Amino acid sequence: MAEIKWPSAANRGLIGKSISRIDGPWKSSGRAKYTYDQGPAGMLYAKLVTSPYAHAKVTAIDTSRAERLPGVRAIHIFTAVGKEVNWEGHEVVGVAADTEELAEDAARLIRVEYDPQPYLVADTDAQHAGPGRFREMSPRKTGDPEQALQQADVTSEGTYGQPVITHCCHEAHGSVAEWKGDELYVWISTQNVSGLSNEYASALNIPATNVHVDCQVMGGGFGSKFAADSWGVAAAAMARKAGRPVKLMLDREVELLSAGCRPSLHAKIRVGAKRDGTLIAWDSESWGTAGMSGGGVPQLPYIIQVPNSGHRHTSIFTNIGPARAWRAPNHPQMCFLTMAALDDLAAKLNMDSLDFFLKNVGLTGERAGVYKQQMLMAADMIGWKQKWHSRGDKTPGHIKRGLGLSFHTWAGGGHMGYCRTTIHPDGSVEVATGSQDLGTGTRTVIGIVAAETLGLPLDAVRVEIGNNKYPPDGASGGSTTVGGVSSSTRTSATTALNELFAKAAPSLGTTADKLEAVGGQIRVIGDPSKSIPWKKACAKLGTTPIVAMGQRNFSLISSGVGGVQMAEVAVDIDTGIVRMEKMVAVQDCGLIIDMKTAMSQVYGACIMGTCYALYEEKIMDQQTGTCLNPNMEFYKLSGLDDIGDITVHMMTEDSYQDRGVIGLGEPPVISPGAAISNAVANAIGVRVPELPITPDRVLAALGKGGLV
Amino acid sequence: MRPFEYGNPSTVKQAISLLGSDWEQAAVLAGGTDLISLMKDYIDTPKRVVNIKSISALRGASEVNGGLRLGATTTFEDLFENPAPLRDFPSLRAAIDGIYSAQMRSMGTVGGDLLQRPRCWYYRNGFGLLALDSKGQSLVPHGDNRYHAIFGNAGPAYFVSPSSLAPPLVALGATLRIQGPKGERELPVAELFRIPRHTGEREHTIQPKEILTEILLPASARRLRNATYEVRERHFMDWPLATASVALRMEGRRVRQARVVLGQVAPIPWRAEGAERELAGKTLDEAVATRAGEAATVGAHPLSKNGYKVQLVRVAVKRALLAAIA
Repeated sequence: MAEIKWPSAANRGLIGKSISRIDGPWKSSGRAKYTYDQGPAGMLYAKLVTSPYAHAKVTAIDTSRAERLPGVRAIHIFTAVGKEVNWEGHEVVGVAADTEELAEDAARLIRVEYDPQPYLVADTDAQHAGPGRFREMSPRKTGDPEQALQQADVTSEGTYGQPVITHCCHEAHGSVAEWKGDELYVWISTQNVSGLSNEYASALNIPATNVHVDCQVMGGGFGSKFAADSWGVAAAAMARKAGRPVKLMLDREVELLSAGCRPSLHAKIRVGAKRDGTLIAWDSESWGTAGMSGGGVPQLPYIIQVPNSGHRHTSIFTNIGPARAWRAPNHPQMCFLTMAALDDLAAKLNMDSLDFFLKNVGLTGERAGVYKQQMLMAADMIGWKQKWHSRGDKTPGHIKRGLGLSFHTWAGGGHMGYCRTTIHPDGSVEVATGSQDLGTGTRTVIGIVAAETLGLPLDAVRVEIGNNKYPPDGASGGSTTVGGVSSSTRTSATTALNELFAKAAPSLGTTADKLEAVGGQIRVIGDPSKSIPWKKACAKLGTTPIVAMGQRNFSLISSGVGGVQMAEVAVDIDTGIVRMEKMVAVQDCGLIIDMKTAMSQVYGACIMGTCYALYEEKIMDQQTGTCLNPNMEFYKLSGLDDIGDITVHMMTEDSYQDRGVIGLGEPPVISPGAAISNAVANAIGVRVPELPITPDRVLAALGKGGLV
Repeated sequence: MRPFEYGNPSTVKQAISLLGSDWEQAAVLAGGTDLISLMKDYIDTPKRVVNIKSISALRGASEVNGGLRLGATTTFEDLFENPAPLRDFPSLRAAIDGIYSAQMRSMGTVGGDLLQRPRCWYYRNGFGLLALDSKGQSLVPHGDNRYHAIFGNAGPAYFVSPSSLAPPLVALGATLRIQGPKGERELPVAELFRIPRHTGEREHTIQPKEILTEILLPASARRLRNATYEVRERHFMDWPLATASVALRMEGRRVRQARVVLGQVAPIPWRAEGAERELAGKTLDEAVATRAGEAATVGAHPLSKNGYKVQLVRVAVKRALLAAIA
């Protein structure tokens, strides 16, 4: 009888190996169809009329001219007369027509009148935000930070910050909706395949049983695609009205304006240490905006528990756009502020940053040993001791190099979910779960776990996901998908296998508990000569397949990981241009199912982190309340040539792997901003206090000190 | 996109006959890399679009009388495939190398590069070329002007000329041939550009009924030491933050005459005459290049957020000069 636990390191055939994703050829050959690619017969195209104002009341809507346009099939009101819009790009009316161009034309014929209201899109100044525009969160205090700052041998003070950025998923938000009678079929780019039925059902007044959701592949979500959203519901409503399928994908402009912001966070920070580097005091006053919602309350300092520490936070309410969870909500911001302030203190202490953080690693609590081990490994990988210099690269020439480090934590775990394994009499196997693959490798991970469990090659298992007709699985958020699906898959496959063992045992002259499945054989444990091939064993099922359910199993998963990243940058001090030359990332995520897709997650996170460290900002104009860069021209991301060398190391010692599966989406994206900022400070001798680290900011910082 | 008539002439004469007396009547379509996006965003809404890519005489790079002739619809890809005519013009090659995107290289034309419209984000977001508010005041000085002009910005125009080729062409003394209903005229590339003073005036002097047909460089330009340096925040597809293009008439190691032209820092390609005077008669070395870079910044009036571009001008000029004599 197979037990529900992970195989030991010596007995892992597939788990932990570097395996290419099973849908790779399907995707790279263009056969995989994304939401955008769906085109059921008779499909209409929908476009949105959105608010040009940051804040306004809708006073009139006239759709009559659009409705008279031949080929216009349905209109949907998102924001009724009398209601308010709270950011530029806020959806007001939708229109569906025979062609995309016609829908565009029709949208321009819709007249919406607004009564503009006062707005705020600047988040730089809590004091001047105005009444009703900010909320002070209750302060936190441990020990006596003021006294500790006075007693400190060395103190450092600075103001640091990072702006609102967006998710900027490769694939925009949107869906294609089709009705067949009272049954709604939607293809939607979503992180939550199994969780959308109720949203559609209640909005459209149909039973959840009639909602059929499909998302086989998607181009990223990063926390911004948990809901059907108003535009998802609108597509379904217009499709019902028109009696034809409707495609409503946001264009890049509306995507950047309306489909999610990462909150900004700025802080004035004072820190103090003893002469030997022991950190004793922290005090911070932070502010930031999550649009019109309060957003999460940042916890400063990040990770490190300074004995005397105080923190106050003010949320500013702005019309900058709606906040949505952004890969590791709050963590990258808190990490940057903390690591930058502490690195500046290390510089004032004339300490090597690595020595400083190692000295204080005990303040991180339970994971101190993990961080210490990872810091030493990362230092070795990047050549920290050979390359390190004190602040300001004194070598001649205008290119200055520097090193910086940061570390992070994230909970992760496994979300609730179910998996169904079916073993057919012909030996074929299907595992099905209503999960989703955001591009991370979830489909592959499920296949690996099932194949490993059943002792079959990976291609002998058919993996079905991305549809809510399969057993439900949780939303992909918080780095919980791999934990959820690997444990439910392991459980269901093991249960199915035990049923097969029971059928096969008599012919091997033994009982089910004495059997194992290895290398395509069912065999007697300890006596490999007594075996039957998988197919022959399955033939004993007669005509009825084995079907076994499994659900998330806490004995197979864990939570809480640590990671360390180090960056090496080259800064042209004449132009202020920063290049990320090298990053090393050392990461723990418990038991790794697929080394290749796990490492890909970390590579991707380092790239995404480089983007927000050097380029990304939602640039707002207070005069007009509008966003100036809702496009890929000025909402800048790294191109291939802007990405330096990235080296990833995953912790695979037994002490990590024995914990079970955790999850990796979030943790590695937390540190890059801090590591790169610290590397720039090390290179040029002065802190560039804001992200992104653009040439103007580098030159401004150099104008105040540092090397020139 | 507003519906439009489409003209597909096979001669320049036919093309001109299809153009209108103002910009609303008709627009010339070459690569379309700019026009199409302007039309999609309703920034430009011409009633007729006249495609000139079917006029075969307008395409191709060749040596003429020892000089260089570039047909207006020659694509950047054409020049990559057949770089021989550019062999004495590293400044042009550098400008073309900076055009990163494969699509842009395949479709974009040299004439279109000169005639593309500014990238000012107020303009592109529908606030008009001069970005005026309801009171007729420009939004740029008090807005986000990090990518705007530091020269020639007395107002109301604050945008920057985005052309990659204009700085080297002006520095090298190129001329243009333009055909209109009354025949052909030739003018220095510099005179294609102007700083608009009021709404309705464009940043190009070409008239609605005219077509840019050729870019010409004289044989003498081949004897100029020349180079372009673009300051790029990203290697990836991006606009330079500042560009300097230099063309030097040398006597041995001494500069007899210099042309220094800046891009991305003024509404027009900006002659840095201070730098040119600084260089005249000097033996060019790093110190002289540094002084010329400094001299190039004379007259700069940075706005609230683009003071850094003054420094970028210093560096771009210095690096272009050193590249020219390398």
